[in-house]
Amino acid sequence: MNAKLTNKIATAVLYLIAGLVILLLAGLLGFILFNGVPHLSWHFLTSPSLAFQAGGGIEFQLFNSIYLLFITMIISFPIALGAGIYLNEYAKQNIFTTIIRTAIEILSSLPSVVVGLFGFLLVVVKLQLGFSILSGAIALTIFNLPLLTRSVEGSLKSIPDLQREAGAALGLSKWETVIHVIFPAALPSIVTGVVLSAGRVFGEAAALIYTAGQSAPALDFTDWNPFNAASPLNLMRPAETLAVHIWKINSEGIQPDAAQVSAGASAVLIIAVLIFNISARWIGKALYKRLTSAR
Amino acid sequence: MDQIRESLLKTSIGTKRERFGRSITMAALILIAVVVISIFYFIASKGLSTFFVDKINIWDFLSGKTWNPGTTDAHGKPEVGALPMIVGSFLITVLSAIIATPFAIGTAVFMTEISPKNGARILQPVIELLVGIPSVVYGFIGLTVIVPLQRHIFGGSGFGVLAGTIVLFVMILPTVTSMTVDTLRSVPQYYRESALAIGATRWQAIYKVILRAATPGILTAIVFGMARAFGEALAVQMVVGNAPILPTNLTSPAATLTSILTQGIGNAVMGSMQNDVLWTLALILLLMSLVFNIIIRVIGKKGELK
Repeated sequence: MNAKLTNKIATAVLYLIAGLVILLLAGLLGFILFNGVPHLSWHFLTSPSLAFQAGGGIEFQLFNSIYLLFITMIISFPIALGAGIYLNEYAKQNIFTTIIRTAIEILSSLPSVVVGLFGFLLVVVKLQLGFSILSGAIALTIFNLPLLTRSVEGSLKSIPDLQREAGAALGLSKWETVIHVIFPAALPSIVTGVVLSAGRVFGEAAALIYTAGQSAPALDFTDWNPFNAASPLNLMRPAETLAVHIWKINSEGIQPDAAQVSAGASAVLIIAVLIFNISARWIGKALYKRLTSAR
Repeated sequence: MDQIRESLLKTSIGTKRERFGRSITMAALILIAVVVISIFYFIASKGLSTFFVDKINIWDFLSGKTWNPGTTDAHGKPEVGALPMIVGSFLITVLSAIIATPFAIGTAVFMTEISPKNGARILQPVIELLVGIPSVVYGFIGLTVIVPLQRHIFGGSGFGVLAGTIVLFVMILPTVTSMTVDTLRSVPQYYRESALAIGATRWQAIYKVILRAATPGILTAIVFGMARAFGEALAVQMVVGNAPILPTNLTSPAATLTSILTQGIGNAVMGSMQNDVLWTLALILLLMSLVFNIIIRVIGKKGELK
């Protein structure tokens, strides 16, 4: 067969494959949005879920998801930042560093269900924190740490060594250079990384079903004392998130409108991921402009 | 004189801060390492107690075909054969990777070589979005679209290997595609130019040069996708049927390690044999993710040498 004909056939096949994949991906997004968005309403977002009747909402699940994300980020960001700084600024090429890098890589490739089971074993059972926001946040932190650390490290790496040399030339110690020069310079891209990882954490379910639990007790939105059982801020209450809710009602739910509720909740999750993706870039750019006065 | 001497010999504030910063960042790093080690320790100690505490033969466990931890067989041994789940996990993972690979490579080649403009403008953002979609959403779509479809075409319950494979195929497709795109983009431009300069058609350049140069990266992407498929729990659990029997054909209900785990761990009492065997399944998952990790490393090393 001559080469030109083969080229034409191959190009056609590649167009076909790409077309099929576009169709598949567009169909996927379209399916979720077309089925889910009509079900979205203020009522759906702000009414509690119902176990046996139709018409339940996702109020508590939505709040739990956001709150859990917030707590997870509070715990995981400082650790990831510290680890990222050490890896990029201090770590020497030796066995210790290699071992830790390998450990981080292994952690990032662990199935989230294994992370969830570890959280269940250590935090829920051994430390007796029970099914709670705190347990869930610890599990999600473990799930989130390797990727966040890598993204922080990458952001720091992208800052040219010129900046470090300038810091050293001014007589600053390494740490002072990192805090006052390198970190601010890397901040826009660090923030982008944090927001992107937030999108991942927001939709995670497998790590949560045995740590944050599968029930969403009623919350009293007028009670903001974190030590009261019904307070939304309470860290020790079980908290079913949106993603867990979708799994739960589809695998063992008996609501007559389980399909609609999950379609609506899926749409909320997708929209949230979309918002995280777009805002990650946008916030990064805005911060960069702000910090460098680049127009 | 003494004052100057003292201030020169004393540790400066800068040094103190430096020490502080160094130790606090190191502590964060060590914390992560400790977490990894304790994950292995806890899961291994729980998982191995099946063999050491409950005295179950490891080969019986890995090759047994009946999974029914609550009951005992004719010889008075508990029925804990994990083979159906192991086969189920591998079958679904391999099948979904086989289906996903040509689509991922084709799309990636299209995006980088054939139509870079449309690739960057339309496909890239969509794929990035799909990489971030939570797996439960994939499971839910599988449950509402693929399971009824399978039931309609092949009969039966609709839950099974095929549905699980399709859900995982769709789930890993964006991941594998975007990693393949990255690899293809990292192939130096002069490879393309020299291929075209000696008279190769575009397809010849793609097939004989670019794809060859990118092979290690593409393999890494596929193994990465397989690792993700192997460890995926909820999306699979929702569509696979969770019947711990050896799958006889593609439409028969099956179970995976992850699906039995998520289903069972809440129902068995901690420390009982029924619970220990589930932790052994978790240990197998853990070891498999280690194996995938090693494969990726080996591929990376091989690719470096060329």
